[in-house]
Amino acid sequence: MTPFRDMRIAEAFQVSLAAPDDFEGWRDVARRLVRADIPPDRIVWDSPADQSADLFANGDRRLPAPPADAPQPRASRDFLQLAQSAILHTDSSRFPLLYRLLWRLQAQPRLMDDKADSDVRRIDELARQVRRDIHKMRAFVRFRLIEEADGERYVAWFEPEHHILRANAAFFVRRFNTMRWSILTPRGSMHWDAKTLQEGPPAIREDAPSGDPVEDLWRKYYASTFNPARLKIGAMLKEMPRKYWKNMPETALIPELIAGAQAREARMVDAGAQDFGEKPTTLGQIAEAIQSCRRCEIGCNGTQAVMGEGPESAALMIVGEQPGDQEEMQGRPFVGPAGKLLRAHLEDAGISEEQSYVTNAVKHFKFVPRGKRRLHQNPTAKEIDICRWWIDGERALIRPRLVLALGASAARSLLGRTVSVQKERGVPHVLDDGSELWLTTHPSYLLRLQDQGRADEEKKFANDLRKVAARLSELTR
Amino acid sequence: MSQTAIIAPKTILERLEILADAAKYDASCASSGTTKRSSAGGKGIGSTEGMGICHAYAPDGRCISLLKILLTNHCVFDCHYCINRKSSNTRRARFTPQEVVDLTLSFYRRNYIEGLFLSSGIVKSSSNTMEQLIEVARILREEHDFRGYIHLKTIPEADPELVARAGLYADRVSINVELPTVAGLTRLAPDKSATQIEGAMTSLKDSIVEAKDARKRFRNAPKFAPAGQSTQMIVGADAATDSDIVGRASTLYGSFGLRRVYYSAFSPIPDASAVLPLKRPPLMREHRLYQSDWLMRFYGYAPHEVQQAAGADGMLPLDIDPKLAWALQFRGDFPVDVNRAPRERLLRVPGLGVRAVNALIAARRQRRLHLADVGKLTVSVAKVRPFIIAEDWRPLLLTDRADLQALIAPKRSEQLELFAS
Repeated sequence: MTPFRDMRIAEAFQVSLAAPDDFEGWRDVARRLVRADIPPDRIVWDSPADQSADLFANGDRRLPAPPADAPQPRASRDFLQLAQSAILHTDSSRFPLLYRLLWRLQAQPRLMDDKADSDVRRIDELARQVRRDIHKMRAFVRFRLIEEADGERYVAWFEPEHHILRANAAFFVRRFNTMRWSILTPRGSMHWDAKTLQEGPPAIREDAPSGDPVEDLWRKYYASTFNPARLKIGAMLKEMPRKYWKNMPETALIPELIAGAQAREARMVDAGAQDFGEKPTTLGQIAEAIQSCRRCEIGCNGTQAVMGEGPESAALMIVGEQPGDQEEMQGRPFVGPAGKLLRAHLEDAGISEEQSYVTNAVKHFKFVPRGKRRLHQNPTAKEIDICRWWIDGERALIRPRLVLALGASAARSLLGRTVSVQKERGVPHVLDDGSELWLTTHPSYLLRLQDQGRADEEKKFANDLRKVAARLSELTR
Repeated sequence: MSQTAIIAPKTILERLEILADAAKYDASCASSGTTKRSSAGGKGIGSTEGMGICHAYAPDGRCISLLKILLTNHCVFDCHYCINRKSSNTRRARFTPQEVVDLTLSFYRRNYIEGLFLSSGIVKSSSNTMEQLIEVARILREEHDFRGYIHLKTIPEADPELVARAGLYADRVSINVELPTVAGLTRLAPDKSATQIEGAMTSLKDSIVEAKDARKRFRNAPKFAPAGQSTQMIVGADAATDSDIVGRASTLYGSFGLRRVYYSAFSPIPDASAVLPLKRPPLMREHRLYQSDWLMRFYGYAPHEVQQAAGADGMLPLDIDPKLAWALQFRGDFPVDVNRAPRERLLRVPGLGVRAVNALIAARRQRRLHLADVGKLTVSVAKVRPFIIAEDWRPLLLTDRADLQALIAPKRSEQLELFAS
C-alpha cells in the first residue's frame, strides 16, 4: 500500500472532547483554533461516544498555539444558543458543523440570520431535534416507586435519543425537588436525594423496577379519557412516536383501544338510531305496529301495547304517561282508577268524550312484579324519546287543535325536554305543528295524595281543565 | 323517582373509569401560559414552566396533560348533548375531594401529568358543587403546597364570590358557552342561560384584569388565574354555521379576554337524547375551525375576512384550509413579493407559516431571495409558488388559472371520513 502522504494529514488536528455533550470543552478548543487560523477541514473532532472512523483520525493531538495578538473570535448570541442544543445531538458531524459556522461567522457576522443557508438550516434542525428530545423526555419519563431502607425513591428507565440526560436533569430537580428519584438511561444515570444531584454509570432496563401498582389506575385513566368516536392515529403517532412506547405503561393498551373504537362508536350510533321506516298513514297501522315494537326495553317485556282511543276528528288530544295494570289487561287507555278520575273531571269541565282522543306517551306498561301485583314504574327519558315516533304519528293523523299533557312524562314527550309541570302549567305552549299544548298533573298523582293536599291539587287540576275547555271552545267556534 | 336498590360502593378504579369517561368531552387539556413556579428550595411539589407538557397522547390524537375528571357525574341539569344529563342512563359515581387530591399527587409524582383539570356535575346546588371543587384546589395548594397546574371549571350559576375564590387557587378557570347560538343553548341546554354564562365570564375577566393590575403595583398581591380563562363550544349539535361560530368566537375573544376558545365536534354519546343528531360532524370541520381561529389570533385576519373564506352556506370548505380558500377568492392580492412585501402580506400567502415568514424576513436582510431559498424554508414550495414573486420567479398566469385549486389543493384523503357510511 502506498503511504498516503497528503499535506492534510500532516496538518490535521485531532480534538478529543471529554464528553459527547461537552459544550465548554468544545468552545474553548474552537476559540483557540479560530485564533490560530485553522480552517474547518483540518480538524477532526472526537468524543467518547462518537467513535470517529475518519481517515485522518490520526492527526496531531497537540493544538497549535494562537499568535498572541490574534483577536478573540466573535459569535452571535443566537449561534451560541443553538450550539448549546445542537452539541447534544448524536450526529457526529455536529462538531465540524459548529466549527464551520463559527469560522464563517468571523467573516459574516450576520450569517445566522440567513435561514436559507444550508449550515444554518442544519444547526437549526439539529437544535430542534435535541429540544424535542428534551421535551419528550420531560413528558414520557415514568417513575416507579420503590421502598428503600431509608425511605421512598422514584425510579425511571428512559432511553433518550440524544445526549440530553445531563442537560435535562435540572428540570426534574426543579419539579421533584422534595422527592428522591433516579433516572436510568443506557448512557448514564442521574440520582437526586432531595439535596444533591449525582451522576452514575450507564444502566440497563433490569436495574429499574418492573412495575408500580398506581400504573393500573393510570392505564384505566388513559383508556377512559380516550374518545372512541374520534380516532386520529396519525396525530397521536406524530407526537408520541412508537420508539417511546416501550417505556410507557399505558401504550400497551393502544392496539385494543383502536380496534375497539370503531365498534364502540357504531354501537352508540346504532343504539340511538331507531329506523322506524315510513311514517304511518292510518291509526290502524299504528295500532298494529306498536304491538310488535321492540325498540326499547318496555316493548320487550311481553305486555300488550295500548293504542289511543277516540274520534279521528277530535279537536282535543289528551296524553297520559303509559298504560297501567288495568289498561294493559283490557288493552284500552284510561280505564283504571286514574281514568275514572279524569273522566269525572272532564265532565265537570264540560269536555265531551266525542271531542277528545285519549292516548299515552309510552305505549307499553312498565312495571316491577311484587308478588301478584305489578307495580308501576316511570319510563326513562330515553324510552319516552323512542316512543315519541308513535305519538307524533297519532298527532299527525288526528291534527288536534289543542293537546293536553298529563304529567311530566307526557310533557317531555311533547316538548322534547324535561319539564317542571308545576312551573309551566296553566299557560299555552305552541307545538311545532302550530297546535297549542297545555300542561297539568297526571290524575294518578292526585290519587296518591291525601286530605288537604289532594283537595288543593284537585282544585288546581279542575282549574286547568276549565281553562282548556274555554280555550277549546274558542278554537273550535 | 325512587332510589330502590342499594348500590355497593365502587372502588377507586371503577370510579376513575366512570368520572374520567364523563369528563372526556371537554376538549381543553392545556397546561401552558401560567406563571413560572418550581419546588426548588425544598418546599412543596411540582413546577410549571410556561410551556405545558403533553405526557401522553390517546389514539383520538388528543394530548393528555392533566388528570381530567369530574368530582361527580350526578347532575340535576338536563342538557341534551351531555352524557351526564339527569335523564341519561349512564353509571354514576363520585369522588371525595381528598380522593381527587390523592389521585392527583400520586399521578404527578410518577410524572404522568402536569396537574389537575377538575369539573363536576351539579349536585345539590351550583354553589355547593363549586365549594367542593374549590376544596380540592385548596387542599392541593395549602396542605400539599402543590405547585403544578390546576384548571377549574367554574359553574356560572354559583355564587360569584365562590367563582372568585376559585381563581385564587387555579391557574386557569373556564366556563363553557356550550353552544354557538343562544337558540341552540335554549333548545339543547334548557337549564342554562346565556346571560348568566356571559355574566360569569365578565366577572372572571374583571377579576383577572384587576389582579394583574394589583400585581403591577404590589408585588405580593394575590395571583388570580394567571393562565386566564377559556371556553368551549360544541360544533355540529345545532344548526350554527362556521360563519356563525367564527363570529361568536371573535366576540368571545374580544369581550371576555379569553385565552382560548375550544371547538369540540359533537360526538355521539352513549344513551343519547333523541333531540340530538345521531352522527357527528366530520372531525375535519373542527380542524378547519381551529385553523380559522389561528388566522384571527396569529395571522392578522379580521373575523369578517375569515367569514369570507366560507361558502354561500356559511360553511368553511372541508377539502382546503381557510387560508387557501381566502387566497383563492382574493387573487387580486397576489402574488406577493417575498423580497419586498410587508410581514402582514407575507402572512397571507398559503403555505407560509409564522415561522417561515420570520425566517424569510431575517434572510432577505442578507440578500435577495430566490425560489429555491423559499423552498428551503417551507414545507411545500409547489403550494406557495403560485402566490409569490421571488428574485428568479414570477407566477405569470398561474395565479389566475381557474383550476388553481385543483393544482395545489391536497389530494382528498378518504381517511377524513373513515366512519361515514
